[in-house]
Amino acid sequence: MLTAENTKKWMDSFYRKIEENKDYLSELDTPIGDGDHGNNMMRGMDGVKNSLAQLQDPDLKTVLKAIAMGLISKVGGASGPLYGTAFLEMAKKCSETQKVNELLSVALAGIKKRGGATEGDKTMVDVWSPVAQSNAITPKIIDDAIASTKDMQARKGRASYLGERSIGHLDPGAVSSGYLFTALLETEGTL
Amino acid sequence: MKKVGIILVSHVPEIANGIPKLLVQVAPDVSLSSAGGTDDNDIGTSMEKILSAIEKNEAEEVLAFYDIGSSKMNLELAIEMTDKQVHLYDTAFIEGAYTAATLIQAGVPLDEIEKQLAPLKIK
Repeated sequence: MLTAENTKKWMDSFYRKIEENKDYLSELDTPIGDGDHGNNMMRGMDGVKNSLAQLQDPDLKTVLKAIAMGLISKVGGASGPLYGTAFLEMAKKCSETQKVNELLSVALAGIKKRGGATEGDKTMVDVWSPVAQSNAITPKIIDDAIASTKDMQARKGRASYLGERSIGHLDPGAVSSGYLFTALLETEGTL
Repeated sequence: MKKVGIILVSHVPEIANGIPKLLVQVAPDVSLSSAGGTDDNDIGTSMEKILSAIEKNEAEEVLAFYDIGSSKMNLELAIEMTDKQVHLYDTAFIEGAYTAATLIQAGVPLDEIEKQLAPLKIK
């Protein structure tokens, strides 16, 4: 169950994971993208941190919206509107339900609509989809989902320009999504 | 000023600001506005810059052209946030914008313009 408080903690934890792994994310993005996913996500999470710091005693909806706007306005790459839309959709839904899997389902639908990607296209959807569909998120579900993108041929995003040459690399957006869900798992009281 | 304008969105500020120089040659009376790069003028796109380019355009109805990837997604987000009528085209960026500019200047109605844009669609 998400609350304003644990969602902020979730973002603190996601921030740290992006900070620790930003070079790795950019490295993953180099052979099949434009090599900036780590820096883009770091800039986005700095935006999130600043937006959240300005809120006084916010409710869950305000927190989710601030996360969305921080990402949309600061990331710069395609991940900005995609992650941003995910949190915007959760913000719209959260007055009705605060259950994580229900919120992740509407977020996933938003990502698919915004980016036009579906399962198997070698994108963040390949991590969001199995996680949103599982009743109990585990590290194994997250890791298997990330690993599954390695053998896929990209059909959406920057990597799709490479065609078959995209096979054999992990998708950077899938890996950063993995950090998001690992951070969620590690945040007490969210599930 | 014509009642239909054009907005150009690119990952690169120089591209977004350069294309109007080409278009103004054939479309001196068409309002052109552009959004290029992130808020810090790095390579990327900014939803806020795009929204402001839409708002700044002197026309009430705007045709939008973009380059790759996140441009389209940020454009769609900006379109959801404005009251202006914005039409988004998946055409070759420069050719699409140039074609539209020429036709708007000539007073061609939108449905005719869209017919000419159709073969330029690339994605």
